Amino acid sequence: MSEHTIDARGLSCPQPVVLVRKAISEGLTSFEIMVGSEVARENVLRTLKNSGMKADVRNVGDDFIINAVK
Amino acid sequence: MKNILSSRVGIIIAGSVIGIIAVLLQAAGNPPNMGICVACFERDIAGALGLHRADVVQYLRPEIPAIVLGSFIISFIMKEYKPRAGSSTLIRFFLGVFAMIGALVFLGCPWRALLRLAGGDMNSLLGLLGLICGIAVGVLFLNKGYSLGRSHGNRSASGWVFPAFMLVLILFNAFEVTFSEGGPIFFSAKGPGSMHANLWISLAAGLAFGVIAQRSRFCTMGSIRDIILARDFHLMSGVAALLVTAFIGNLILGKFNPGFTGQPVAHSNHIWNFLGMTLAGLAFALAGGCPGRQLILSGEGDADAGVFVLGMITGAAFAHNLSLAGKPDSVIETVYTVGGPGFYGQAAVIAGIIFCLIIGFTMREKLMVKA
Repeated sequence: MSEHTIDARGLSCPQPVVLVRKAISEGLTSFEIMVGSEVARENVLRTLKNSGMKADVRNVGDDFIINAVK
Repeated sequence: MKNILSSRVGIIIAGSVIGIIAVLLQAAGNPPNMGICVACFERDIAGALGLHRADVVQYLRPEIPAIVLGSFIISFIMKEYKPRAGSSTLIRFFLGVFAMIGALVFLGCPWRALLRLAGGDMNSLLGLLGLICGIAVGVLFLNKGYSLGRSHGNRSASGWVFPAFMLVLILFNAFEVTFSEGGPIFFSAKGPGSMHANLWISLAAGLAFGVIAQRSRFCTMGSIRDIILARDFHLMSGVAALLVTAFIGNLILGKFNPGFTGQPVAHSNHIWNFLGMTLAGLAFALAGGCPGRQLILSGEGDADAGVFVLGMITGAAFAHNLSLAGKPDSVIETVYTVGGPGFYGQAAVIAGIIFCLIIGFTMREKLMVKA
């Protein structure tokens, strides 16, 4: 399990990305982010990839949980 | 299923197709450099419904409802349709009102700003510069924790009310309903409102826009925002593709006329082209999407985006009823007169910028990432 979980469900574009960037800039090397839409999932994955982090995604109901690791 | 259109190549294809269809719509009868303009067309819809009485801009543009329905249908098929609501709805309404006022001072949404540039209208550069500035201010707020709060899953009616309203608009146009003698639905006999492609062509084009933009997540505001926010050029590659294909299309059709003066449905009042789009860009950034993107979201079940669109339609009614919209440059007896907004239009832009700044400063949450 990751140390930190960010709940970005229901937030407008680009707030999930802002939160991910904040997490990375604060030096977190492993965290989970929950998003509620396919678009947010794509945006978060692209941000993680551009930041050189690995990610895997699992579906929980209508939501996605993305596990990010440096 | 993998979404091809959301890849880098996909967004470039999406932007290209939107650019080509837009130029073809111009050839099919839509106004010059206005193959598709979300702001202008919502303004025309407001006029057709009699919400304003500017008789040159009244036509129930089928492209707008068709975009929403295209997004509704494809998101339903792809299982992305999700009724949701409840994120600062009233603020979104007024962001829509002011976004429209800003866009109508400039005379176009970001999609039309690109089409105007592709047709050689250099005034658009001032608008695009304003758009970038407005979005940059929006990014500052986002980085400080700006948020309109979460939306929440909602009952299904919340998601289909807006697409159903759009369907009704198409029927009003198709049957040319007249509710009272001399009353709406209005169809302009002259001016930009009288220039339009055939209903079926407009519908087909709008549906195509809706499907392509939903799958690709195409967003003009987002393209600029993502570069400023994260040096992410993904969306910009689609926007650039739109500009390039529309430019080539205009060259082929002989519709490229570079310059500042004599441009169709445009004015060369540089300050207000800039400030109008500064307001629009800031409002779009605070609302999380350009006008086209808001249509797509409203089709996906986002009722808050639907309210933003209704705010834009209301803003268009204000813009014409209260003489806020920019006037195009005109030539009267060989005297060239530079257009732009009058006093109240200028005041409305300033008021809108102040409104957006207040929202940006006050709607904040502490950015919490550590558990």
